[in-house]
Amino acid sequence: MISRDDVAHLAQLARIELEATEIDHLAGQLEVILGAVARVQEVAGADVAPTSHPLPLKNVFRPDVIRPSLTPEEALSGAPASEEQRFRVPQILGEE
Amino acid sequence: MSEAMLDYEDVIAKYEPTLGLEVHVELNTNSKMFCGCATVFGAEPNTQVCPVCLGMPGSLPFVNERAIESTILIGLALNCEIAKWCRFARKNYFYPDMPKNFQISQYDEPICFNGYLDVEVETDEGMQTFRVEIERVHMEEDTGKSLHMGGATGRIHGADYSLLDYNRAGIPLVEIVTKMIPGTEKYAPLVAKAYVAELRDILRSLGVSDVKMEQGSLRCDANVSLSPRGSGILGTRSETKNVNSLRSVERAIRSEMQRHAARLDDGLKVVQETRHFHEDSGITTSGRSKETAEDYRYFPEPDLVPIAPDPAWVEELRATLPERPSVVRARLQKEWNIADKEMASMVNAGVLAVVIETVALGADSTKARSWWVGEIARQANERGVEVIDVGITPADVARIVELVSTGDLTDKLARQVVDGVIAGEGRPDDVVATRGLKVVSDDGALLLAIAAAIASDAAAAEKVRGGNLNAAGALIGLVMKATQGQADAAKVRELLLKELGH
Ligand SMILES: [Zn+2]
Repeated sequence: MISRDDVAHLAQLARIELEATEIDHLAGQLEVILGAVARVQEVAGADVAPTSHPLPLKNVFRPDVIRPSLTPEEALSGAPASEEQRFRVPQILGEE
Repeated sequence: MSEAMLDYEDVIAKYEPTLGLEVHVELNTNSKMFCGCATVFGAEPNTQVCPVCLGMPGSLPFVNERAIESTILIGLALNCEIAKWCRFARKNYFYPDMPKNFQISQYDEPICFNGYLDVEVETDEGMQTFRVEIERVHMEEDTGKSLHMGGATGRIHGADYSLLDYNRAGIPLVEIVTKMIPGTEKYAPLVAKAYVAELRDILRSLGVSDVKMEQGSLRCDANVSLSPRGSGILGTRSETKNVNSLRSVERAIRSEMQRHAARLDDGLKVVQETRHFHEDSGITTSGRSKETAEDYRYFPEPDLVPIAPDPAWVEELRATLPERPSVVRARLQKEWNIADKEMASMVNAGVLAVVIETVALGADSTKARSWWVGEIARQANERGVEVIDVGITPADVARIVELVSTGDLTDKLARQVVDGVIAGEGRPDDVVATRGLKVVSDDGALLLAIAAAIASDAAAAEKVRGGNLNAAGALIGLVMKATQGQADAAKVRELLLKELGH
């Protein structure tokens, strides 16, 4: 059972601001989604291994070789703000 | 705000500590963990970044094979089992040091697990071995570096905004986590320090990291909890973050034990939280409360396929493991013919590796040892840096030892050369040249100085002529003064006595 508190906590972790009515609405929706996923779990038999990846691949590596990076100008070109060749971000509150 | 601290002896009388140590090591690969960007320390900001490590939409990570190899090597050196199959996981959190809003890490499937490392600590009963069990060794990526702007302290609180450099974001990072370490008693701070030192030596001998604590390529988070003696109840732990020198590991653990004990004595609870260690005061202050693992909402990284190290590859790597540092120590102790205590003093000063290098370059082991444990360790301590970072190399010390053995330098002059090298005046030969430190070995110049000394203290000269060799000291002193200490005193004595008929 997904409670209102669960939704509020998840919203806080995802930095999404939710109104009280939205929380009620989403708690119900998430409940339905979890129920659907649970059905899939029931259908999968013990012979079906859980999978995190659709491709039957493993050990895909690249050699430890340097490749060209972006220029700082290119890197910062999409940034809303920059200063001293760095990305400028708003005040970080409540965490360190 | 400073908190109450209980006397260390009282802490030990009433409580038993349990340690836990998490060490983060930046690997020294050429390129990053999941992209081809370079990993040079101290590069201009945002010059080693690309769409992958900037977390641009549509970019995909691509695993660096050497990072996997280095991590397996670390696991093997720590007596770990190597996973037959494991995956990366996403650790989700909002903080601008990771532009993706998640860090690629490992969660419930670390690549190495269940190992141990034996460390030696000097106790009241002599050297004692403590076994530190290793829970896991896993791979992840380092984060970017933030500068907090505005406000008074350069810290996050009171800052107006922050500036981010992502050069470090995506550098391969290995996290080595111990199991809980009980039974260290009053030696807990020393065991913690010895563990980090031993780990550093192993990582250096493997050649997988620069292991420079002050540059952050080796970082330690130190956990400690106390339980009332004999109670069997494990206390609440605090986690002190990013302790940046071996000495700080010891101090941080000791200080946290004293703080916890004072709280428990007062009937207060220890809060499970992150603490920050302050080098200047030696105490910790409260940071943010720790998120729970659930809050990170780990899930298998969908953009990377699993890793299943080929057992043959693992065995190949195992065969390349260098001699274990503890074995090296036992062997050297025999070769150099030194006692436990002398070996311990080298290990405690963190100089063993550099002494080994110095001896390998041809220096006499006793001389090499005495420079590193004595003068150089003292200067490093004064500056609050590790010996290897004080600015003098094994090659420099080997050269200085050589110059003394050939008679080009006296011990006293050699000390000035050490000062000069540490002060950044160049290599030993540069310092000798620019400071004009060569021993005055030219007999002619010495004989002139001797003649002058005899002339200025005729009484002493007469006593020496009459057979009172003790009186020679005053004359030798005059010669040394005249040559500004750059003459070899034994040589001066020999010439002086000859001059006065002996
Ligand atoms: Zn990159």
